[in-house]
Amino acid sequence: MSWLSHEMLATIWFVLVFVLLIGYAVLDGFDLGVGALHLLARGDHERRVSMNSIGPVWDGNEVWLLTGGGALFAAFPPVYAAVFSGFYLALMLLLLALIARAVAMEFRSKVESPRWRRVWDVAFSAGSLLAAVLFGVAFGNIVRGIPINADGDFAGTFLGLLNPYSVSVGVFCLLVFLLHGAIYLAMKSDGDLHRRTARLIKPLYFTVLGMWVGVTLFTAVAAPRTFSRAFDQPLTYLLLPLLVGSLLYLPKAACACKPRYGRALIASGTLIATLMSLAAVGMFPELVPSSLGPFFSLHIHEHSSSTRTLLTMLVIAGIGMPLVIAYTAIIYRAFRGKVVLTEESY
Amino acid sequence: MNVELLSRLQFALTIGFHFLFPPITIGLAWLLVAVEYNAWRKATLPDGQAWDRAGRFFGKILGLTFAVGVATGIPMEFQFGTNWSRYSKFVGDIFGAPLAAEGVLAFFLESGFLGLYLFGRDRVAKKWHVVSILMVALGSTLSAFWILVANSWMQTPAGFRVFQGRAELTSFTEAVFNPSMWPRFTHTLSACLVCGSFVMLAISAWLVRRNRGDLVALKTLRLSLAVGLVSSILVAFPSGHEHARQVARTQPEKFAAIEGLYTTQTSAPLAIFGYPTDRPPDLKARIEIPGMLSWLAFGDLHAKVRGINEFPEEDRPPLWMTFVSFHNMVILGLYFQFVTLLACVQWYRGKLPTGRRLLTVLVWSAPLPLIACQFGWVTAEVGRQPWIVYGLMRSADAFSSTLTLGEVWASLVMFGLIYVLLGALYLFLLFRKVRHGPGDAGRPLPAVEVSQKGLVTA
Repeated sequence: MSWLSHEMLATIWFVLVFVLLIGYAVLDGFDLGVGALHLLARGDHERRVSMNSIGPVWDGNEVWLLTGGGALFAAFPPVYAAVFSGFYLALMLLLLALIARAVAMEFRSKVESPRWRRVWDVAFSAGSLLAAVLFGVAFGNIVRGIPINADGDFAGTFLGLLNPYSVSVGVFCLLVFLLHGAIYLAMKSDGDLHRRTARLIKPLYFTVLGMWVGVTLFTAVAAPRTFSRAFDQPLTYLLLPLLVGSLLYLPKAACACKPRYGRALIASGTLIATLMSLAAVGMFPELVPSSLGPFFSLHIHEHSSSTRTLLTMLVIAGIGMPLVIAYTAIIYRAFRGKVVLTEESY
Repeated sequence: MNVELLSRLQFALTIGFHFLFPPITIGLAWLLVAVEYNAWRKATLPDGQAWDRAGRFFGKILGLTFAVGVATGIPMEFQFGTNWSRYSKFVGDIFGAPLAAEGVLAFFLESGFLGLYLFGRDRVAKKWHVVSILMVALGSTLSAFWILVANSWMQTPAGFRVFQGRAELTSFTEAVFNPSMWPRFTHTLSACLVCGSFVMLAISAWLVRRNRGDLVALKTLRLSLAVGLVSSILVAFPSGHEHARQVARTQPEKFAAIEGLYTTQTSAPLAIFGYPTDRPPDLKARIEIPGMLSWLAFGDLHAKVRGINEFPEEDRPPLWMTFVSFHNMVILGLYFQFVTLLACVQWYRGKLPTGRRLLTVLVWSAPLPLIACQFGWVTAEVGRQPWIVYGLMRSADAFSSTLTLGEVWASLVMFGLIYVLLGALYLFLLFRKVRHGPGDAGRPLPAVEVSQKGLVTA
């Protein structure tokens, strides 16, 4: 396999790490969106429908994050180490949010008390919302660049992570997930909950559209190198039409007389995927740009694992991921259609 | 108080708490494969109903336990990077791969199919439902495999070289199948079966004690008793024994610490009781069997076993903690064999369902295998100190140097508080579910409506 040089493998793994993180955003994105919308559901029945719409699939969706983190660790250990220790407090908050989201669903309906149920409804919603914002803030910081010093360590502060650009990306991420989640929930619910959720799609869409323009402009200002570098890459000229296309198609699918929510969900998923891909294309070959100067950025070629490790991992991924896609598709198919509450439901 | 100590404390706390739940879910998942298989094959027989109810009942308990296991598991994946960044940079080329493999090959499998198992019971054909719980059991076992591959590499690193400031992979198979991997995997897997079966056993015993004619509980009592007995034996022989022999071969100072052998000798005695002190290393109030340690460790009554005196002080693990943990684990292990054997004998005499005292003992025994697991892990991990990777990297050189004391205090307190809360909530909901019993599994959860005035109408 001499044509698979270390450089090639590092590039492949740059792509694969992003594929895993994009997979996470597209799948758990609607879970977090549904969660963030949860308190708009009224009454016990609607709230149970809301939770059970993602009940069978959220755990599998969350695994994409774990695998993405594991892949980052395996392929780019110094990057994993620098980012995770650097974003320490933010990550601890994220863990708190994800733990709250997970246990809230499991615990909520197990006791008949309305107060008990309300506490877990709030925990579920707050956890989902906080996680969505934190992911956006983290992503914004990575795109913009963080202070990485000569030792490859994070040299900044927690408050430094809350800069205007990253916070705006955090809010944008939340809104995109809300839109994505609303489409999913409209698809899975009926009756009054469906009607109210469906009505949210249009205003959410226009907010996302407006913010997209704003954040794009802001990116040109806050991360000029990454922004301009994207336009040097041929892939961008494939991704941009895809992005615009999904933005144009989404309202047609979701807000038509006979809405096609499945297709609208594919559009919102494509939106998420293309946005993240464009960022990745602009950042390549720096996995984490350093705001202290491009010399300190974490380039994939100098901060990746050995050829042997990258190759072994590729074989494992090559065997494992097609299986994952196959059985995940089968499992989703088993739960197609509107939510039906049974004895087994949350 | 420094970042290293607090980070070690935090890791111990988070992994200790997390490891209360996977042993239950792994054991319970395999037991449920048997339950659901019976429910499927015997669907048309009168037995089938009882197995079906057992599946619904213990399935809910699996779901509850799995959720807390997942919630407490995510921090583990992150913690290598957050608190042990120098470790991650040094060993990432080797250590990261099993973790990623765990995600790709195990987590997706168990989490994906758990959704199908828990929510798809009445949606898919029973055959596929049985397949789903089999996949959950398989996935969680594979997860145990890969994480033990990673942890075993920390104990007996292999298949690597140190090059340009990091440990670099030279052979994936050697790294995966390192000298301690198989004994530790088989031992841990057996332990998980003990944990899961003792939980099912305790719950079944409680239900039978309440109603000796409870058809569902009688079936699960018998199943968990059989699995409990076999796994209690296996966890000690051969897996526990082989594991100890491997430690004697590959980590002599850990072996000396856990066995309380402080001077190198041939025909080394086995200490079955003693009180270890650190300075100077001594075993007070000892009760010993001459020659036994040499024989157990190396199969030769006259074999030389290395004592702690051979190793420089800075390379010795904490003596008291490793000795006490190891011996308490072994004592508990003997108890598991004894109590399951006794219960089996009583079962064959037809006296178990009416034996209130033994049933009560079985109920109270539920947490003991979990405690034994905690003792085992303390033995393994504290016994490896001062090394984070045995012979290669010390814990003192491994923690994240960019963290401040305040940051680690904040996260430690956060985990401490939420885990106490989670633990309490888990037990509260578990006991509620058990009190409800499997017979009530057929009723849907009542909806609770709250009117605008805050009045509750069911």
